[in-house]
Amino acid sequence: MKKDILGIKDLPKEELLEILNLASAEKPKIQNKNFRDNSLKNTSVTTLFYENSTRTKISFLLASGYLGAITDDLNISTSSVSKGETLIDTGTRLDVMGTNIIVLRHSMTGSSHLLAKNVKASVINGGDGINEHPTQAMLDIFTIKEQKNNIKDLKIVISGDVSNSRVARSNIFGLSKLGANIVVCGSSTLISPHFQSLGVYITTNIKEAVKDADVVMALRIQKERQNTATFPSTSEYAKFFGINDEVLSYAKKDVLVMHPGPINRGVELSAKIIDSEKSLIDTQVENGIAVRMAVLKYLSN
Amino acid sequence: MKILIKNGRVIDPANNIDEICDIFVEDGKIKEIDKNITKENEKTINADKMWVTPGLIDMHVHLREPGFKYKETISTGTKSAAMGGFTTICAMANTKPTVDNEIIVEYINSKIQKEAIINVFQVGAITKDLAGEELSQIGEMKKVGICAISDDGLSVKNANLLKQAMKYANMFDLPILSHCEDTDLTAKGQINSGKHSDFMGFRGISNDSEELIVSRDIILANSVDARLHIMHVSARESLEHIRFAKSKGQKVTAEVCPHHFTLCDEDIKEYDANFKMSPPLRAKEDVEALIKALQDGTIDVIATDHAPHHKDEKNCEFELAANGIVGLETAVPLCITELVNKNILSPKELIEKLTINPARILNLNKGTLSVGADADITIIDPNLKYKIDKNKFESLSKNTPFHGREVQGKAAFVIVNGKIVLDNGELCKTI
Repeated sequence: MKKDILGIKDLPKEELLEILNLASAEKPKIQNKNFRDNSLKNTSVTTLFYENSTRTKISFLLASGYLGAITDDLNISTSSVSKGETLIDTGTRLDVMGTNIIVLRHSMTGSSHLLAKNVKASVINGGDGINEHPTQAMLDIFTIKEQKNNIKDLKIVISGDVSNSRVARSNIFGLSKLGANIVVCGSSTLISPHFQSLGVYITTNIKEAVKDADVVMALRIQKERQNTATFPSTSEYAKFFGINDEVLSYAKKDVLVMHPGPINRGVELSAKIIDSEKSLIDTQVENGIAVRMAVLKYLSN
Repeated sequence: MKILIKNGRVIDPANNIDEICDIFVEDGKIKEIDKNITKENEKTINADKMWVTPGLIDMHVHLREPGFKYKETISTGTKSAAMGGFTTICAMANTKPTVDNEIIVEYINSKIQKEAIINVFQVGAITKDLAGEELSQIGEMKKVGICAISDDGLSVKNANLLKQAMKYANMFDLPILSHCEDTDLTAKGQINSGKHSDFMGFRGISNDSEELIVSRDIILANSVDARLHIMHVSARESLEHIRFAKSKGQKVTAEVCPHHFTLCDEDIKEYDANFKMSPPLRAKEDVEALIKALQDGTIDVIATDHAPHHKDEKNCEFELAANGIVGLETAVPLCITELVNKNILSPKELIEKLTINPARILNLNKGTLSVGADADITIIDPNLKYKIDKNKFESLSKNTPFHGREVQGKAAFVIVNGKIVLDNGELCKTI
């Protein structure tokens, strides 16, 4: 039995597909409360978020609730963490209180792996530093699959702050396992040349990147993760890398536009595109709950 | 004590000796080296199939006392050194308080006299409190016995201050041991910058963060004719600068740590902070370049950068974890397994980098088996095969990435100033 979900890079393709299949079955339960089940009735899920989050935390709490689990959120600012308690000690205390699943978000790479090694509870990585955000990639892949049926041979563009993005990393690992052609695009200061070894094509030309694309995934410009100035201003960034109607005209007609949120409107994506039919941003959020229900079930079975 | 060491392979690079013979020790000195010595003695050591070498010298050790006795003490650190085959070590200045004045040096010297089981020489800080702002009491510290100056752990950021320190140290014939790292370039990096950092999701530490300061320090040392020793070289580009400076006859020397020629960044597994050190484990190409530099003499010294840390300082978020690993008890087996057994260095070339070369850099009257020299002798069994077991370390700390690794070679006997401190692999109980 699998104990933890820490990342996509170490998750075998079969397990990834199994979770995606489970998610399809969970989706109807989101909109119709008559379909909800109590399969996690005796399971307790605790969210432990060291970083701010709007959708991921709520998504996990709702997903747990729809499956009948006991949920709670450890509020870091009012907990003993603010008194200097270590991650391992915090996790151990949750363990003895009987938590079955801990969802951890943390600003440092590898923190979920560390916690998983030191607690009996299952750990789900809700984002660790710049490393991985596996359930986000699962929901993105689920959303693409729902629309396009298959991932293989799709041209998928990931644009933005790729080097500092755990969303990009998890998506690259997941999508390449399923045979997509991935192009990453962004300023030369935001993409390490070593990304080539992860099997992606790198370009700094957004039009070249988007040409004949099936999916364009824009990433949030994360000012809080920049070491130093990596580009002069968001307006200059938008000019060279922002996705608007003109850029999108190079893509396939049925191109889908995605964004993990939160969006800087008019920077990564033009407001018009965000609100257009091509945009799957709300579908992503909805699917996020289905995928997280699937992950919770997967770890509980 | 009169000790007779029989039938060992005596390797004394300083005197160009590598042959089977006997050594006779009396009154703390080496009295005779010859074939078939028959002398009355209190202890005969049969060194058949073993290497008999000058006592090994590790010029880069963190003893942690005063200030961090929960990591290591003078007592446990020197026991660890003896276990690893070292008879002389140099203790870095980044203790608490920092070794930046003669009073601290005298305090540590008094502790060493009472508690150390091998020779310990203290290194003084270049700048007060390692803050990079004003010079420490370099001359006063020299008077009470420091052998070099270093802000190890940090580079002196201000080039002019470092230049003044170099000029000043010249007056006292002290070498500068330089930790080369531009922290603006290192930034939030955790492991070597490359494929593996991108795969693991870490910000990277680029080679240029080291290369830049290596080249700067070589330039400064050249302009004031100072004695510069580059510590723990890890990047292949740094070697080019060192090689060039040496070819011009500049007084530059360099060291490498066993972990940097044994492991590469791709060996880092499971976000285990026992693989975290500064400088980081580099790419395969860097390891190959370090090996070549060991062969061609660009690298003069092998030193461990023994950096003990408490379990809690490693079993935590990688980014929060302390830099460094313990090295005293793994150095000899790694050198033999990785360098001698793979025909990269001959035993004599290896021993040179562990004895006479560091002794010369530090002006220590050590590192040879010459008749009349201090009887610091290490006897190594180069054939013993075993798995490294961190739980058997004498060091107070167990932070090593080598636990469970299959190796060959181990110190069997260690003699310090004519006294046996390691006897057939066991520390002597009387000490």
